[in-house]
Amino acid sequence: MATMMYWEALQRAHDEELARDPLVIVMGEDIGVAGGTYKATKGLYDKYGPERIMDTPISENGFTGLGIGASFIGIRPIIELMSVNFAWLAMDQIFNSAAKVRYMSGGQLTAPVVIRSPGGTAHQLGAQHSARMEKVFMGVAGLRVVTPSNARQAYGLLKSAVRCDDPVFIYEHELMYNMKSDVPDGEYFHPLEGSEIARAGRDITLFGYNISVHWCLQAAEILAAQHGIDCEVVDLFSLSPLDRAGIKASVSKTHRALIAEEAEAAVGVGSEVMAIINEECFFELDAAPVRVSAKNVPIPYNHTLEKAAVPSSKDIVHAVLKMLDHSQHPTSRDTSTSLHVGKS
Amino acid sequence: MKPADKKRVLREMLFARRFEERCYEAYVERKIGGFLHLYPGQEACAQGVMEAARPGHDYVITGYRDHIHAIKCGADPKAVMAELYGKETGSSKGRGGSMHIFDVEHHMMGGYALVGGPFPLAAGIAKGLKMKGSDAISICFLGDAANNQGTFHETMNMAKLWNLPVLFVCENNLYGIGTRIDRSTAVIEQYKRVSGYGIPAAQVDGQDVEIVYDAAKIAVDHVRSGKGPYFLELMTYRYRGHSMSDSNAYRAKDEERMWSKRDPIILLRDRLIKAGTITLDDYKTMDTEILDQIENQIIKFAEDSPEPVVTELEKYVLAENDPYVHPHSSRGTH
Ligand SMILES: Cc1ncc(C[n+]2csc(CCOP(=O)(O)OP(=O)(O)O)c2C)c(N)n1
Ligand SMILES: [Mg+2]
Repeated sequence: MATMMYWEALQRAHDEELARDPLVIVMGEDIGVAGGTYKATKGLYDKYGPERIMDTPISENGFTGLGIGASFIGIRPIIELMSVNFAWLAMDQIFNSAAKVRYMSGGQLTAPVVIRSPGGTAHQLGAQHSARMEKVFMGVAGLRVVTPSNARQAYGLLKSAVRCDDPVFIYEHELMYNMKSDVPDGEYFHPLEGSEIARAGRDITLFGYNISVHWCLQAAEILAAQHGIDCEVVDLFSLSPLDRAGIKASVSKTHRALIAEEAEAAVGVGSEVMAIINEECFFELDAAPVRVSAKNVPIPYNHTLEKAAVPSSKDIVHAVLKMLDHSQHPTSRDTSTSLHVGKS
Repeated sequence: MKPADKKRVLREMLFARRFEERCYEAYVERKIGGFLHLYPGQEACAQGVMEAARPGHDYVITGYRDHIHAIKCGADPKAVMAELYGKETGSSKGRGGSMHIFDVEHHMMGGYALVGGPFPLAAGIAKGLKMKGSDAISICFLGDAANNQGTFHETMNMAKLWNLPVLFVCENNLYGIGTRIDRSTAVIEQYKRVSGYGIPAAQVDGQDVEIVYDAAKIAVDHVRSGKGPYFLELMTYRYRGHSMSDSNAYRAKDEERMWSKRDPIILLRDRLIKAGTITLDDYKTMDTEILDQIENQIIKFAEDSPEPVVTELEKYVLAENDPYVHPHSSRGTH
């Protein structure tokens, strides 16, 4: 196991796939000579040349469409959209071409394209550079959406996405490129579907994905140390499809659920997970599930307002304490006085 | 340009330079956050065009490199700096930041962060002006690399189709972040790209404010007289990196040196000294006054201004008390 940064893991995955398959190409703004805004393609231009490492004009819909078209005849493009905010411009091609072509052609054609892009709120980047668009991508049939929360996933998900015959959108995070974690030394393919238990626990499940996994883990530490509450943290690295079985299994164990998301609540990951809980294991619940999400505002520039707009581990701690207090109420099915006891 | 105007123009360009340099410092001091795109090197572009236009009357829209354009429209530099500090007194009340300077009272219709986004907005403003029978025109300042967006082509077609009063100013600084124009763009000379849409165009030296002014005068007159859109390409150069997070490593030192010899401020200064309009001492005094104004008025204002309050986080998301939200209830205000 080597410890590496998220961007280094991405760079390694690119490099290995480029070396293996001459049909793999990389496209995007400033990804070649400049090595990528977040260094995910560092050094690749010198190694593989301009035919395969393509610096594109600022024409998101155009070059995304071009990459999708190339994928129709077997090229394996990895397209970097510099920031997910710019993905809005490429939506037509992503949704109308990549996501639908297999279906529309009765399975004759497919778009095995990988689109990577960082989203999220970083440090005061303002309303037009702080998009959280996971909810948009996961709402459309025909597109896989995965989102790595650490370097191992970043590496393994990209490797699998390149090999997969479906279009895969990889939702990264502006603040996570320098985050370090262990990555296997040998080649490693992360599953494109499922979820991971990032921390096992008994009292409540905290669902997170991407950066919110880290908020959940921090909250879990605080809740364990200061309140004796044992949280399970589930990492939803696949947002489309969501892991129904994994969600059901964890909620059936802890009987309580909280979903932490960086985006506004409406039509989001949280509402989708709640719907799945409703459909799969409603009668396992000891309390109504809650969402911890962003305020319903475009992200402000001002530092203090920005912080207030986006949730944090503190908000998760508060929400968990509130839920557990409430579920101790005599009307609750949980008659125990101990927070540690699950279903009786 | 009259001699008295030239002196003022020199002063305003020097102010623009010093203002941006002070922003740089404030960013390093962490008083300004987020993305910060500075204007040094390009001053003659906004200055020359706005000299030919009617600031505060004509409508201006641009990208993220927008502080100076706003000030040229008549925005108070104190409010612009306060915006960069994220303060409640900022031009966008601290909500927008560097890339989103708005001053609608002075017809500064904003800075936008998405490359190419302002093209159709500018045409839309022009459409509105035409419908209203206004003699104001719409002016869209954007970079060279923005012309590779689909919105560029779509907007050029519509602007000519409907003969809209819009002036497109392309500040061609040869780079889109780290990518030089010949690596991103098939036709290097941007003004040629609109000929397919039947839009008249010109390309001039963007470092000489008098040349910019003369070319802009023709362009503005064309648009204001109802003849439809015009495209003006200004050849220029930015001295600093694309934004504060860009080290500029991709540019040849020779190229940078060559352009610094054609500095728009020095060019005009030396010309005015030679003509006897000003002395070098006049210029130095001017500079001292500007630095003093920036430090003791503008920065001070930004520093002393209050932060927005968190209870107002959700203000400005939607209209307040719009009567048609509940048209049949007594909650409406009509
Ligand atoms: C739609 C979109 N794509 C990419 C970016 C990232 N980006 C910001 S500025 C820029 C370069 C623009 O260059 P140019 O239009 O020449 O303007 P300049 O910065 O040189 O003034 C890029 C690629 C963006 N902001 N928006
Ligand atoms: Mg440029």
